Amino acid sequence: MGQSAAEAAEVPGSGTERVALTQAAADLLVRLTEVHGPLMFHQSGGCCDGSAPMCYPDGDFRIGGQDVHLGDLTVEGLEKPVGFYMSASQYEYWKHTHLTVDVVKGRGSGFSVEAPEGVRFLIRSRLFSDEEYERLRAEP
Amino acid sequence: MAKYANPGQPDSVVSFKPRYDHFIGGEYVAPAKGQYFENPTPITGQTFTEVARGTSEDVEKALDAAHAAAPAWGKTSVTERANILNKMADRIEANLEKIAVAESWENGKAVRETLAADIPLAIDHLRYFAGSVRAQEGSISQIDEDTVAYHFHEPLGVVGQIIPWNFPILMAIWKLAPALAAGNAVVLKPAEQTPASIHVLLETVADLLPPGVVNIVNGFGVEAGKPLASSNRIRKIAFTGETTTGRLISQYASENLIPVTLELGGKSPNIFFNDVASANDAFYDKALEGFAMFALNQGEVCTCPSRALIQGGIYEEFLQQAVKRTEQIKQGHPLDTDTMIGAQASNDQFEKILSYIDIGRQEGAKVLTGGDRADLGGELSGGYYINPTVLEGNNAMRVFQEEIFGPVVSVARFEDYDDALRIANDTLYGLGAGVWSRDGSVAYRAGRDIQAGRVWVNNYHAYPAHAAFGGYKQSGIGRENHKMMLDHYQQTKNLLVSYSQNAQGFF
Repeated sequence: MGQSAAEAAEVPGSGTERVALTQAAADLLVRLTEVHGPLMFHQSGGCCDGSAPMCYPDGDFRIGGQDVHLGDLTVEGLEKPVGFYMSASQYEYWKHTHLTVDVVKGRGSGFSVEAPEGVRFLIRSRLFSDEEYERLRAEP
Repeated sequence: MAKYANPGQPDSVVSFKPRYDHFIGGEYVAPAKGQYFENPTPITGQTFTEVARGTSEDVEKALDAAHAAAPAWGKTSVTERANILNKMADRIEANLEKIAVAESWENGKAVRETLAADIPLAIDHLRYFAGSVRAQEGSISQIDEDTVAYHFHEPLGVVGQIIPWNFPILMAIWKLAPALAAGNAVVLKPAEQTPASIHVLLETVADLLPPGVVNIVNGFGVEAGKPLASSNRIRKIAFTGETTTGRLISQYASENLIPVTLELGGKSPNIFFNDVASANDAFYDKALEGFAMFALNQGEVCTCPSRALIQGGIYEEFLQQAVKRTEQIKQGHPLDTDTMIGAQASNDQFEKILSYIDIGRQEGAKVLTGGDRADLGGELSGGYYINPTVLEGNNAMRVFQEEIFGPVVSVARFEDYDDALRIANDTLYGLGAGVWSRDGSVAYRAGRDIQAGRVWVNNYHAYPAHAAFGGYKQSGIGRENHKMMLDHYQQTKNLLVSYSQNAQGFF
């Protein structure tokens, strides 16, 4: 309970330098894909269920010019990687942190597909080291 | 002090049914797929009832009922509709304790608040819109001597409403009252975290409403909310929640070219200028209370004053006393009338708050008080309690920029007026804000310069009907809690009438 990002071990090679997955989240994505087909994430901000990663059937949420693609999450057993997006304005405040998608017991959140399973995706965060941050900043 | 018995105990003022179906066409209807989900109370973590797990079939059925009811309902006189809203208010008032305890058990909030705020505000809101619609007038424009433009208010027809879990009943009434007053039929989906208390309220008022005027479909967002929001059989969708779902609902609405009202939260600044501490008097005490308002409703308020900005001249002393005030907030059983802060509404909410306190620590924020979960012992050990937390840091930290939706305030210092406004407006959101000053001109200017829809001056967290509530920037579209919301639930019909006997002269 309340574990930190350091304890929420990410699956090696599951993500990118900006975003990754825990094993529990990877397993859940496999199960959800069987029901909903290929999936995507859009990180929410704002009220109530906000500040949570929303998981949708791929393409259900239309990504536009105001979004940033943080990376594609690779999950063993899934053909298609799971894209992770965030609005550009929100990313400005998040760009110095590395995100790990985890899963906890919980109830509901917007139209995210995992809610009926009695679980919620959750973001664990850690700060980038200065070196990591400089390297990422240099990328386009 | 008094402690209400837990629902389910023989001496409780409220008893939940073991199961709640959908309310469609004036009666309870089992879900098409026959599935139910468990509904726990965050006070103990134990399930107390089960609730229909709605799907698109149920939403369609509710839309059928709403479409059947809408034409006749839309033609009732405003007197008739206002009378019904007033009677609903009277019934809820007569059942205040029952509904307040149900709401506390459902959401985890302290019964002190539901008794004094949530339910009384809901009652007043119904009466306000009953009065507003009675007093509403169309307009007449005389175009020329023989031509008159008449403007009538007409209902939209059938509308969809998706309700959040932080004020399950009050937010439902905020949306229902203007929609019904304006003559619409409604399909409403409560939050899956808090689906039951609205049914306790409904039991007391259902017979007042013609069948099909209000329909409630329970269920999860993806299974019941999505088919409602994306339906081509609604003429408007109203949503309170967060930004990504707000965008998704807007995308669905664009496919049907229907209007949307959205209330999407914030990261509200609460600004304390030096002169607040120029005397140690009642006003200073009020300002300290204003700081502690971040813990109201466990911080689960879209306008939670989660960024406290304190001017340099009083920073250390004010903060020290504000922390002391925070530590006096009484945590305990939510059904105890002395309890000031109850349980977070769900486990995932609880986990998210703790994860933010963690990121705050990593970013270098200093924990001045709280910062961890509270184990209140006994049956409450299974519930979701967090100690009111004060973090000290700077506005670039994520704990200053993201809505934590918990009893967590992030405190920063500012030097002068420009500095305060720069920090206050350095956010994606613009829902609420607080300004505290004894100098009326400073308070006025700051109130006008803050980019937010609601600025409380020398008070906070008051929500009277007739004061418009809604967001600037990414905090949403529309204004609730005010008669202007009637416009969001109405069409304007213009009859352009010629009283001339002569041809117009074109052909």
